[in-house]
Amino acid sequence: MELVLSNFDLYLSAFRLTIGLFLVSAVGSLLLGTLLAAMRVGPIAFMSKAATVYITVVRNTPLLIIFVFVIIGLPKLGILFRSVEELGISSFFFRACLALTLYTSTFVAEAIRSGINAVPLGQAEAARAIGLTFGGTMTQVVLPQAFRATVPPLASVFIALLKNTSVAYAFGILEATARMKYFTNISGNDLPIFLIFAAGYVVLVEIISFGANRLERRWRVAR
Amino acid sequence: MRLTRTKAAVAGLGLALSLVACGDAGDDESAGVDVEVQEDAGSEFDDGTRMKELADSGEVIIGVKFDQPGIGFKGATDDMPVGFDPELGKVLAASLGIAPEDITWTETISDNREPFLQSGEVDLVLASYSITDERRAVVGQAGPYYVTGQQLLVASDSDIDSLDDVKGTEVCSVTGSTSLENIEAEGATPRGFDTYSECVDQVLSGAVDAMTTDGAILLGYAAEHPDELKVVVEPFSEERYGVGYSLDHPEMCQWIVDTLTAAQEDGTWEEAFAATLGASGVETPEPPAMDECPAA
Amino acid sequence: MSQTSVLFDVAGPRTRARHRVYTVISLVVILGLAALLVLRMADRGQFAYDLWEPFLTPEYIQALLVDGLLQTLKMAFFSVILAVVFGTIFGVGKLSDHASVRWVCWSVVEFFRAVPVLMLMIFLYFSYGAGPGGLDAFWCVVIALTLYNGSVLAEVFRAGILAVPRGQSEAAYAIGMRKTQVMTQILLPQAVKIMLPAIISQCVVALKDTSLGYAITAPGLTFVGKQIYTDFQNQLQTVIVVASLYVSVNLVLTWIATWVQRKFVGEKKILEVSMVAETEVGAGLAPGAR
Repeated sequence: MELVLSNFDLYLSAFRLTIGLFLVSAVGSLLLGTLLAAMRVGPIAFMSKAATVYITVVRNTPLLIIFVFVIIGLPKLGILFRSVEELGISSFFFRACLALTLYTSTFVAEAIRSGINAVPLGQAEAARAIGLTFGGTMTQVVLPQAFRATVPPLASVFIALLKNTSVAYAFGILEATARMKYFTNISGNDLPIFLIFAAGYVVLVEIISFGANRLERRWRVAR
Repeated sequence: MRLTRTKAAVAGLGLALSLVACGDAGDDESAGVDVEVQEDAGSEFDDGTRMKELADSGEVIIGVKFDQPGIGFKGATDDMPVGFDPELGKVLAASLGIAPEDITWTETISDNREPFLQSGEVDLVLASYSITDERRAVVGQAGPYYVTGQQLLVASDSDIDSLDDVKGTEVCSVTGSTSLENIEAEGATPRGFDTYSECVDQVLSGAVDAMTTDGAILLGYAAEHPDELKVVVEPFSEERYGVGYSLDHPEMCQWIVDTLTAAQEDGTWEEAFAATLGASGVETPEPPAMDECPAA
Repeated sequence: MSQTSVLFDVAGPRTRARHRVYTVISLVVILGLAALLVLRMADRGQFAYDLWEPFLTPEYIQALLVDGLLQTLKMAFFSVILAVVFGTIFGVGKLSDHASVRWVCWSVVEFFRAVPVLMLMIFLYFSYGAGPGGLDAFWCVVIALTLYNGSVLAEVFRAGILAVPRGQSEAAYAIGMRKTQVMTQILLPQAVKIMLPAIISQCVVALKDTSLGYAITAPGLTFVGKQIYTDFQNQLQTVIVVASLYVSVNLVLTWIATWVQRKFVGEKKILEVSMVAETEVGAGLAPGAR
């Protein structure tokens, strides 16, 4: 416990890395996930099939295997993403975010799709009836409502993402879980160290839950 | 490769183990040294010592690495780990009258070696286990049976030439190892992976600038890829591999030191090294002198 | 899917032509990516027979299936069974009439849902895993997964119990049943039926998470995969083989979940939790359940 408190900067920098992984992957999976969801519900059969296959395969693969693929497998093909270093981003960080994004986007896509399904049929029918195109129906009528219905499941996905950043620990990122192991390794009394690191995650999870609740309340459709 | 095999027939306390069969290990290329399994080992040790208990039970549990080629490695279909550490483990077991096939091998990784010893989960640890004061405060470490030092493995065309050059670079090692802490102190970004071979891949593919750990391990990898990799920097730490034992049984220290000294003198140590770490082209070094055991 | 068709009209000739163009474009993009990957693999000698050989060798197939898949299934099985027990206790506990019981159950469940499973495993294994005759890596994985999945299931159970029509418990009380009787004889049996598919879906989550045991030397598919690629330097090939094993098993589980859903629950949606497998949050569950 004292060990962590006297090295509190290490604790904070580890959680900063956890938060960094989370934020970048969250934005990435939101973008990729929306694209996948659009492909999946869209009118083009082939795109819909392709998105379905991607979602099915990746959702059912353990995240750890995806990490192994991106960080240990792809370098075998010379794919390293070292070019991102010119932007001042470490390639390890980038690749960890990539693995998290590839995985999480499938859950985002499913959450959005369930949101679209939750929009009452009449809404889309009415939009069609007044002559809106598919694009118009989606962007002006269905999606704005779908996003509201999507807030709770998306919050779940993002909480899972936050916790999943811990997998990066075994792949060269010194984030919170790796730091906890560093501390428990040199200390005899592990329980307080575990609790103080767990507390960090609990706080972050509560922040996401709280934010989601606020959003949901603000965006709730009056019916 | 010929192996001495025993069918241990322990009839009762103090009864002799009988050497029954000599077999041929067949086409197993990686089999290590011949070990002479001590007959009647139980009577060699004083009553009440851990060695006697082990010799009488005919079983010993040794913790080794399962994932470090050369040091201790077990493939998916292997029955037994191979490497320098398991070889010496067989030597120690043999002096207790325990044949290689009666040893229970348990995988230990960098961070579970102390807890395993403290709880008695394993009797001995031979797992590239550097002797440190912190560790000696909680477990016993006899040895060193092998001395190496932390160095850097880099790509052949790398600019890294001295320890000062690592500042600001990314250096790979195994999570929870002292090497990683040392290199972080030098100003490098540590990249912790699960095994050394994953680190080597990261160096080969250029994902990290260097990898760091004990020189012996690095030399082995450099020998495997002579055109792509080189070892640089004089050893900047001294890693002295010791045999871990529980502090509950301080008497084990002298036995470990005596047994391994004998192995160094009769050439078994060199044979074990040449068959394992030396197989990748590393020259067999002089065996180190071992520390005095702390007064029990 | 029937609903999405409302989103667009039956396409006319011009739209159909446009869709054909889109199809071709996306086909080209996807095939291009695949071709790039295959060419890159060929270029780097990743199709060399000796890199694939272990997966055609009986001993390694046996290692993958017996030391790998079977252990993985065992870990998942034990953790789901134990998680159901844990989830029942804490789910019912969260509905208790006593504030203190409710509060304790709530904090336990919240805590284990917020802590990464991997961190829990690492802590269990490196701090308590070496207890005398105690927890080996296998059980550390099982316990960590039990605590996490049990907490998720506790939410599912709570939602499931609340989903039983109120009249059921009112009727039970009216005929003079006690609290425990109402719970065990009226509510739980009906709730279980609703929750069964969600529980099976949770198996998929547990099965995937067993792979995290990789970090603590636990047995299983990922561990055997690692042994193989350390030996043969065939990381990509191993990932492909191991991933397809995981995907196949999970698809079978998903299929069973859907079948059970149809058989026992009818066409209603699976409890929300299963949609976002892996996750939780009271907010996502039976909104307004409280």
